Amino acid sequence: MLSSSIILLTSLGYLMALFALAYYGDRKARDGTGTHLVSNPYVYSLSIAVYCTSWTYYGSVGRAAVSGFGFLPIYLGPTIVFTLGWFLLRKILRICKAQRITSIADFIGSRYGKSQAIGSLVTVIAVVGIVPYIALQLKAVSMSFGVVLRQDQDVLATAITADSMAFIVTLVLAVFTVLFGTRHIEATEHHAGLVVAIAAESLVKLIAFLAVGAFVTFALYDGFADLFAKAAANATTAPLVGMEKSAGNWVTLTLLSMTAIICLPRQFHVTFVENTNETHLNRALWLFPLYLFIINIFVLPIALGGVMWLPKDIDADTYVLALPLAEHNAALTLVVLVGGLSAAAAMVIVETIALSTMVCNDLIMPALLRFSSARLTGSRDLTSLLLNIRRIAIVGILLLGYFYLAVVGNTYHLVTIGLVSFCAAAQLAPALLFALYWRGGTRRAVITGLTLGFTVWLYTLLLPSFARSGFLPDSFIKEGLFGLALLKPYALFGLEGLDNISHSLFWSMMFNVGGFLAVAMTDRQSRIERIQATLFVEAFSAQTSAAGSDIVLSGDDGRASVQALLELATRYVGGDRATDAFNAYAQRQGLAAGQPPEWDSGLMRLTERLVAGSIGAASARVAVASAVKGERVQLDEIMQILDETQHVLEYSRQLEEKSQALEVASRNLEAANRQLLEADRLKDEFMSTVSHELRTPLTSIRSFSEILQDDPDMPAEQRSAFLGIIVSESERLTRLINQVLDLAKIEAGRMQWHIRDVEVEHVVRDAAASLAPIFERDGVEMEIRIDDSLGPVRADADRLIQVIINLVSNAEKFCPKPGGKVAIVARRDGDMARLSVIDNGPGIPEAEREAIFDKFYQVRANNQLDANPLGMAGTGLGLAISERIVVQFGGRIWVEATSSAGSTFTFTVPLSGTTGLGTDEKPRTAAAIPALGE
Amino acid sequence: MTLAPAENAAAKSVLVVDDEPNIMLSLQYLMKQAGYQVRLARDGEEALAAVEASPPDLVLLDINIPKRNGYEVCQAIRADDRFKGVRILMLTAKGREVEIEKGLALGADGYETKPFSTRALAARVKEMLGKERAAG
Repeated sequence: MLSSSIILLTSLGYLMALFALAYYGDRKARDGTGTHLVSNPYVYSLSIAVYCTSWTYYGSVGRAAVSGFGFLPIYLGPTIVFTLGWFLLRKILRICKAQRITSIADFIGSRYGKSQAIGSLVTVIAVVGIVPYIALQLKAVSMSFGVVLRQDQDVLATAITADSMAFIVTLVLAVFTVLFGTRHIEATEHHAGLVVAIAAESLVKLIAFLAVGAFVTFALYDGFADLFAKAAANATTAPLVGMEKSAGNWVTLTLLSMTAIICLPRQFHVTFVENTNETHLNRALWLFPLYLFIINIFVLPIALGGVMWLPKDIDADTYVLALPLAEHNAALTLVVLVGGLSAAAAMVIVETIALSTMVCNDLIMPALLRFSSARLTGSRDLTSLLLNIRRIAIVGILLLGYFYLAVVGNTYHLVTIGLVSFCAAAQLAPALLFALYWRGGTRRAVITGLTLGFTVWLYTLLLPSFARSGFLPDSFIKEGLFGLALLKPYALFGLEGLDNISHSLFWSMMFNVGGFLAVAMTDRQSRIERIQATLFVEAFSAQTSAAGSDIVLSGDDGRASVQALLELATRYVGGDRATDAFNAYAQRQGLAAGQPPEWDSGLMRLTERLVAGSIGAASARVAVASAVKGERVQLDEIMQILDETQHVLEYSRQLEEKSQALEVASRNLEAANRQLLEADRLKDEFMSTVSHELRTPLTSIRSFSEILQDDPDMPAEQRSAFLGIIVSESERLTRLINQVLDLAKIEAGRMQWHIRDVEVEHVVRDAAASLAPIFERDGVEMEIRIDDSLGPVRADADRLIQVIINLVSNAEKFCPKPGGKVAIVARRDGDMARLSVIDNGPGIPEAEREAIFDKFYQVRANNQLDANPLGMAGTGLGLAISERIVVQFGGRIWVEATSSAGSTFTFTVPLSGTTGLGTDEKPRTAAAIPALGE
Repeated sequence: MTLAPAENAAAKSVLVVDDEPNIMLSLQYLMKQAGYQVRLARDGEEALAAVEASPPDLVLLDINIPKRNGYEVCQAIRADDRFKGVRILMLTAKGREVEIEKGLALGADGYETKPFSTRALAARVKEMLGKERAAG
């Protein structure tokens, strides 16, 4: 039907077409013209579908033919991770971008203190673990070609044995992988062309598989309903349609495939390393699960069709190809063959490129650098050396795969071989997950966990597979190592009843995670481990991003460097200072205000100087140099310097704060002491003044009493006058004592205030009434004018009356007699009631207007000397008390500046319903006077 | 109140300086009763004008008086040689040691605190007027 030449030419032609596509993609990427192709979310999503290999293409059908839906968990895991675990993928992606990660070995090694040992260990695990998986692809391809070629008893086909076919496939794929993967050296530089080719292969295998599925479902049968109805009626296939056959290790397989989609080196490579734009992941989050869904639609129909349609002796893994062959559909057979080749080639190429990168970067180069660094530093260009290492690694890995296939391959189905690899890849998952979400892990913990897990995997899966194939004595499977039953590889420590994969996964994870945690709990992290832990775990925090920016920014781009310098300076000296310094520099460069400065060496020195102020000159040089060059190695030093400097700064800042607090406290103490001394002095002065004021009336009283006592014959008229003086001076003494006590009470805050709404008219009338006799006696006229609209005020009525009486009686005292006139006027002034007491006396000299409110200040009335001795002598406290009362109410008191004729005393009181203090001027503050008797 | 008429030429003269009307009244009564010529002054300026016009034999000088206080008046009298025979008896309600010493240092001849005993004051005045004042 198909000649071997057609088949081989088509296959080679297809591979070459892919290579041409890759070449074209690389050219476009280099020119920057094909960005829509090489940096494209759909291409990215399709490249992730490299997950679907020959395993899917041939093996799923084989699996379904035995266990029905049992093939599904392998696709369920990735779907769960992409739909529910997107945050995990996003975080890994961010870290890979920020840290310029080149592989999963680099990722884990970098996370745990940039450990080369871990990188090497991960590489060994990956290579050994993935070899069976590569063998699976080789087996599938050689098997598919064998099936087609043998069908026609082709001359060429009969000449080629199955083994030599596999070897040829291995060599061809090795050549193409070397062509695809080792033309560039920089690992972080994206293999843009390769990704495009992989995406194309994903499309081809999807279309080919759908074509077979459609052929079986709609050509051999009459649609899904017909196919499933016939399958249900068939004794062999009936159990496959239901779920009973598919029961078993769903949980194990789902967990395995969840870890595989991240930890398989090729999946890590296409998903995280080859990604060109973080937002592309958003598209892949639904596109990749959709791809998985579509490619799985026809798995069960093809399997059922194969079982019912084909003879029993045909391997179920080949149904996809055998069905069109059996129907002699040449075109479809060729399409299927190419599709299968696509699936296998894509996997082999990406996987071996990823592994060879790891082998080169994490295994060979560290060893070379350690043992022959002198020779390496001597040669200027290491590119060709690196490329050759990778080429040899690619060929070596493929040969290992071939070796595994030759020894073990024919004993197992495709899927079983693949699961062995999945189980190895799963060993990397604990270290990876702890890396993202737990700061605690250490280098030694990872090495312990990985080593234990990998050893258990080797012992429970890989070695038994060799033994079963007869390559190793199988006695250790049946009897355990050294004949110890506890060490049976498929029933370790007596654990039986699980399938081999679940059994191995259980024990390897137990040892892996257990060893990791046990060591991590007791281990101490080094500084670099702490730094890397922070960078990974806090990948999304602003600070970590800022720290990461030191790495990414490069000196090629002047603007980026200016920005980097500004950020650096800001981090050390604060935003304002940094911005001011940079703006000033820009102005010196003659740039317009607000423009950033141009890049030059002066700006670097400026930054260095700024930073040196914070961390010292040597450290500043390192920091600036790294910001400019973007050298990754310097980051640790900077982090370390920053860390230590911040501690020192923080400590010195605390010391400064404490010493300032001490200074403040001591100043406060001094001030308090001064206040106390001042209060003491004021108290002395007050006591002295009070005693003086008390002695004055007392002097008169004593003198006249003694005069009267000594002269019993005094004329009655004079005696009466002298007695009158004694009485009036006694009254004055009483008044004085009362007022001193009042004042002391107010100033000590012990006065009881009964603040309520008070009608101004009432209190004015009350005060006027109590003074009426004096006015009448002296013939002084009193006038009261109160605005009708004036509302009530907030005050203590008795104290308000006291103020009015004081002012009005003062006014009366200084009036000419007869002919005196006193007016009381009340009106509204904003929020305040304003009361004025106006007399037509001599007025108060301007110089005295402030002083009259002082305690014991007295204005002597000119005519007082001749005044009636029965008149009220002042105490000098009335106005002082009045002022304190008014201030207490929230008003103020003063003498109006109109001294032309008479004087005007005015005070304000807040109206009800206002907050008080309605005038702008502050009330006259009263000097603090200590209370008497204290 | 104006200057009291001289009862006899030999009578000693006393100038009462105070700003409290009732205290002036009582001092005036006491001095007249003792037989002295009495003049009155209500503040420091009036007091100095009265001394200038006719130096009295004795000044009863309150310290807390308007315009120029008792210390200033005392100082001014002592500064003028013409008035070296004038005796000064300070009267004040401020009874602290420091004030007494200040008055004596400024040249006052005696010191009485308010409230005073009328008999003691009369005796003191009599005693002071009875002997010649030692100049200086």
